[in-house]
Amino acid sequence: MQLVLTEEQELLAKTASDFVREHSPLARVRALRDRRDEVGFSRALWKQMAELGWVGIRLPEAYGGAGMGMADLAVVLEQLGRRLAPEPFLSTVLLGSEALRLAGSEAQQRAWLPGVAAGERLLTLAWQEARSRFDPCRIETWAEPDGSEFVLTGEKIQVPDAPVADAIVVAARTGGSARDETGITLFLVPRDAAGVSITRQTRIDHRNAGLVRLDGVRVGADAVLGDPGDGGRLLQRVVDHATAGLCAEMLGAMSQVFDDTLEYLKTRLQFGVPIGSFQGLKHRAARLFMELELARSATMAAVRAVDEEAPDLARLVSLAKARCSDAFVLAANEAVQMFGGVGMTDEYDVGFYMKRARVAEMCFGDAAWHRERWARLGGY
Amino acid sequence: MPDLERFRADLRDWLDSHAPKALMGAPGNELEGVWGGRKATWSDPDRKHWLELCAERGFTAPEWPRAYGGGGLSRDEARVLRQELAQRKLPPPLIGFGLTMIGPVLLQFGTEEQKQEHLPKVCRGEIRWCQGYSEPGAGSDLAGLQCRAVLDGDHYVINGQKIWTSYADQSDWMFCLVRTDPSAKKQAGITFLLFDMETPGVSVKPIPLISGSSPFCETFLTDVRVPTRNVVGQVNGGWTVAKALLAHERTMIADAFGGGAGIGKGRGIAGWAHDYVEFEPDGRLGDASLRHRIAQTEMDTRAFVLTTQRARDAAKAGHGPGAASSLFKIYGTELNQRRMELLVAIAGPQALGWEGAGFDERELDLTRQWLRSRGNTIEGGTSEIQLNIIAKHVLGLPD
Ligand SMILES: Cc1cc2nc3c(=O)[nH]c(=O)nc-3n(C[C@H](O)[C@H](O)[C@H](O)COP(=O)(O)OP(=O)(O)OC[C@H]3O[C@@H](n4cnc5c(N)ncnc54)[C@H](O)[C@@H]3O)c2cc1C
Repeated sequence: MQLVLTEEQELLAKTASDFVREHSPLARVRALRDRRDEVGFSRALWKQMAELGWVGIRLPEAYGGAGMGMADLAVVLEQLGRRLAPEPFLSTVLLGSEALRLAGSEAQQRAWLPGVAAGERLLTLAWQEARSRFDPCRIETWAEPDGSEFVLTGEKIQVPDAPVADAIVVAARTGGSARDETGITLFLVPRDAAGVSITRQTRIDHRNAGLVRLDGVRVGADAVLGDPGDGGRLLQRVVDHATAGLCAEMLGAMSQVFDDTLEYLKTRLQFGVPIGSFQGLKHRAARLFMELELARSATMAAVRAVDEEAPDLARLVSLAKARCSDAFVLAANEAVQMFGGVGMTDEYDVGFYMKRARVAEMCFGDAAWHRERWARLGGY
Repeated sequence: MPDLERFRADLRDWLDSHAPKALMGAPGNELEGVWGGRKATWSDPDRKHWLELCAERGFTAPEWPRAYGGGGLSRDEARVLRQELAQRKLPPPLIGFGLTMIGPVLLQFGTEEQKQEHLPKVCRGEIRWCQGYSEPGAGSDLAGLQCRAVLDGDHYVINGQKIWTSYADQSDWMFCLVRTDPSAKKQAGITFLLFDMETPGVSVKPIPLISGSSPFCETFLTDVRVPTRNVVGQVNGGWTVAKALLAHERTMIADAFGGGAGIGKGRGIAGWAHDYVEFEPDGRLGDASLRHRIAQTEMDTRAFVLTTQRARDAAKAGHGPGAASSLFKIYGTELNQRRMELLVAIAGPQALGWEGAGFDERELDLTRQWLRSRGNTIEGGTSEIQLNIIAKHVLGLPD
């Protein structure tokens, strides 16, 4: 595993960074929030991102994708993360199409992936429930077999982009009891299936998310992804891959808020000197820099572990998520403190980073959760 | 077979037929490693044999040119050598400041004559070096050093005092910073030079440490005559050389302490914990707060090792140093301290032994290593000074 960007990746990073500068300043995110935009992102920009090849970057060429790796996608996500671009990468690329890519039948893939790669169809994955907290296998939504069909009942919370998704991959129980990894099955449910109702939720970061109620939703055997009852491992794998990608996004955001803070330290004058000349702040900035460097190393290792299907993938993902969760929250908190009073205002951008940090931290488990998982994987 | 694999295969053959089996598992740390030098005592003949064997092949300084006693290995070959030694649990044949500090600096700044004279002796472990930087009045503010050197014909005459000179009493030569121009701005009047510790006028006095050992000394220099050909770099240009050496020193300290070296390494911290705390029948550690501290320390270690790997990969790709050596110095040493604190916490009252009955050797060793680790964030430039360096040179924050 080489922890360095290839020349192609450097180029990709440059393209993405230019794109963000031109099309996605933070003001865009602010405007979407202020007008309570129902979609929560720009469909036109999403189309452009698809044309640049980013949406289908990991999908097979046969389905209009670019057949590249998570390490490549991570480069794009990091740049988009810098200015908190809210386009549906997490839902559609990291979760929905990843589940299809890993376990979809040829028919399922053919039906959905070309539309995804073209930027025309959106997908998502519904795993979390009111009582799951961070455990992806803590699932109480039930899928009752009925002949060759299944009947789904339950409620999923904070499903990313559910209100605009064309289909939802739903994790439900066909056996076992809440918390078991066994007995889980993934189903591909079209949004307009009878019994599906979706309510938009508003969270602190204002990204699109929704409650998904499944009220006796009837699906055929052809909706099952992978093997019935064996979805727990698949779900964990999809979540691990998505977590690595999310870390890349978080890395971009924490790097940007840190850069903005440094800029402020160099320009804000008090006592007749830049505040960045005070050692009390210098040392904190230097320590934050170290945390960011370690978060970067862990994230680069995690995304490469996805591409190499490394045996210690799960541990590397937990390492990256624990570090990124802590480092992003710290970077945001330190930013607000070092900006002083203006850091608390809605007018300044740092608050957006603080809110995004919290949401990203909670997504797929916070640092403590991943430390516990690290210990469990290490057998103690 | 690709060259690197052929190298590995040959190396394996050589190690299997030559390396002393008795040394497998022997420690190579600061306390127990082989430092060499004129005053070396050889309690274990295998260690001496191992040093000679390796020196003959240049394996004490694998990446230095063969002409100076090194192995002439590429970076990748040197990595293979480390891996093969680690796999057989063989200690490094030789450690010390010759290999990690003055050697690299002579390769960069030394004259041909200086390289020919000093490097082969370092490689063979014949000469042990010490570092004469700090003075009673010049610690963090190293450039404020006062030790004077006055030109007298083709010699410098040195008068002054050094302090905290690690292993001065056991060393043969010193690399030393002296003031040659008191009227210049403080960094501009310093010269870097080398002398034999047996030169008349050099005397040393060991200072006992809190860990009970006394690895460092006060060094007194009275009318010490040093030939001008022993100046490294330019006269009054010693600060540049001094800083380059400090970068090597930091990397060395970070490498030595950051990668999970020392106690609990082989079995991991959780392995160490098995001897002291209850585990559930299913193998889990019942004490959740301890479990989290262990996980945190292991994860910090992994992230740190990945960061050193990233810096190496970036350097190989020609990207310059990704993150400063200061980062590695701070993080590696603090990590080692956290690890020591944790091992002490796990052992509980058994970590309190100083000597004698009721404590086993590992426990007594832990006490000393924990105490010694507190110096890691002071030696080689304190953490606070490293933070200043990052703030200024990496982040560009104003003075
Ligand atoms: C185990 C060990 C081995 C050593 N070996 C050697 C050796 O072989 N050769 C050698 O030459 N030296 C050696 N040293 C000395 C070491 O380099 C110095 O101790 C170190 O540079 C600090 O200097 P000082 O002890 O004078 O502390 P001081 O400089 O007096 O510092 C005291 C405290 O003030 C802080 N401080 C000082 N300046 C600043 C500032 N600008 N901003 C913020 N905080 C500041 C320091 O961080 C520290 O916490 C060794 C030290 C130790 C502990």
